[in-house]
Amino acid sequence: MEKHFTDSKVKGVSTGTTILAAIFDGGVVIGSDSRASIGGEYVSSKTINKVIQVHDQIFCCMAGSLADAQAVTKTAKFHLSFHSVQMEGPPLVVAAASVLRELCYKNKEELQAGFITAGWDRKKGPQVYVVSLGGMLISQPVTIGGSGSTYIYGYVDAKYKPNMTREECQQFATNALALAMGRDNVSGGVVHLVVITEKGAEHVVVPGDKLPRFNDE
Amino acid sequence: MALSNVLETPAAGFNFDNAARNAALEGLFDGGQTPKPLKTGTTIAGLVFKDGVVLGADTRATSSEVVADKMCAKIHYISPNIYCCGAGTAADTKKTTEILSSNLTIFSMNSGRNPRVVMAVNILQDMLYRYHGQIGASLILGGVDCTGSHLYTVEPYGDVDKVPYLALGSGDLAALGILEDGFKHDLELEEAKELVRASIHAGIMSDLGSGNNIDICVITKQGVDYIRPYQESEYKDERKMKYKYRPGTTAVLTEKVVPLKLEVVQETVQRMETA
Repeated sequence: MEKHFTDSKVKGVSTGTTILAAIFDGGVVIGSDSRASIGGEYVSSKTINKVIQVHDQIFCCMAGSLADAQAVTKTAKFHLSFHSVQMEGPPLVVAAASVLRELCYKNKEELQAGFITAGWDRKKGPQVYVVSLGGMLISQPVTIGGSGSTYIYGYVDAKYKPNMTREECQQFATNALALAMGRDNVSGGVVHLVVITEKGAEHVVVPGDKLPRFNDE
Repeated sequence: MALSNVLETPAAGFNFDNAARNAALEGLFDGGQTPKPLKTGTTIAGLVFKDGVVLGADTRATSSEVVADKMCAKIHYISPNIYCCGAGTAADTKKTTEILSSNLTIFSMNSGRNPRVVMAVNILQDMLYRYHGQIGASLILGGVDCTGSHLYTVEPYGDVDKVPYLALGSGDLAALGILEDGFKHDLELEEAKELVRASIHAGIMSDLGSGNNIDICVITKQGVDYIRPYQESEYKDERKMKYKYRPGTTAVLTEKVVPLKLEVVQETVQRMETA
């Protein structure tokens, strides 16, 4: 392992990633790439799952150190499950985001993980929350994260419209992730999308060869 | 919770005390260079085939440039249906897998159920994450349980990935090349064994830290076939001299017997309740 490790800011396996979430009319799309890397040189997994289900209709995307992110989402899953037993009902999306925020803020010295939480609940419908590295929590209609996000801020700002249809939003998310994966070396693999609506959650995978191409020939 | 873990797990939440202590210790050594633990160069590999899981490993343990053990066992027993290959710091892989194995055995006895591979993975992930990367154990865990055949990798920082095939260790790049080229889903047993053997062989040829023999472990629903060694190195050496000497080789010149006088100082009787 020593020979793979260079001056990367993240120790061990990093998700070095592109993640995004966007609200459409009636639901929310959350998605990510599938590459895990070590030291910015070695791809340790081409098929890592970064979209984790923390409750029936609440999903999280992770960025940063893979070990820290997996540990935090495991803890969050447990807390949410316990919370929903106590409340005798499904948790709110903001509750899931708050659990992650508490963990990230209280342990900010040791942890290196950021999250995008998206889901649907009865009180406020579809929502997207961002929990950054230091533990800031904000709500946004569309958000991107990870190292590959820098390459698509322009695209997202220009192309996102509120109240898109489900198909438009899915296409928007696929395009954005494909563009980021095309420019960022530590993002790649396949595109994992989860579409969450009142009815439930649906997982869509777009393999590498089916991704939209932009001036790639 | 009481069923699964014999060791006391610390209070809920993250506990980074050990990481803080280590950081403080680093400052005490000259130039911050803490003593380096022994690492074995290694090639380990595993893959999921039609009826189960095949794990493979080389058998060389090195201490700098000297081969310390030519027949080191790197495939560790976890439970009757789960085995684990370990790369990284020798002591860490051995101890971590031993702790996991004893925890799972006690769990089996208490609950009356066979352990599942995913449970072993969760225990490992929790333990390695708690030590924040200080335990240098890169593990490939494979097994067959009531939910099917599974192969997982657990890295020192505590991240986990479920994979159909993988190679780890200092010889991993060479081994992974062979695996990437030859792997298909639902291979037959002989093909799977041959693919793992070829990948470990590639690791042995291309990496100085890996060598000697190849061990293979096949786990299926029917049971475990631990073949040690599966393939022996062509460079094996036969010992030419005998090191056993027959009695009388060394001449006895004198003999003196001194009887020891023992005195009974105290006698106690303790009744054992066997009713």
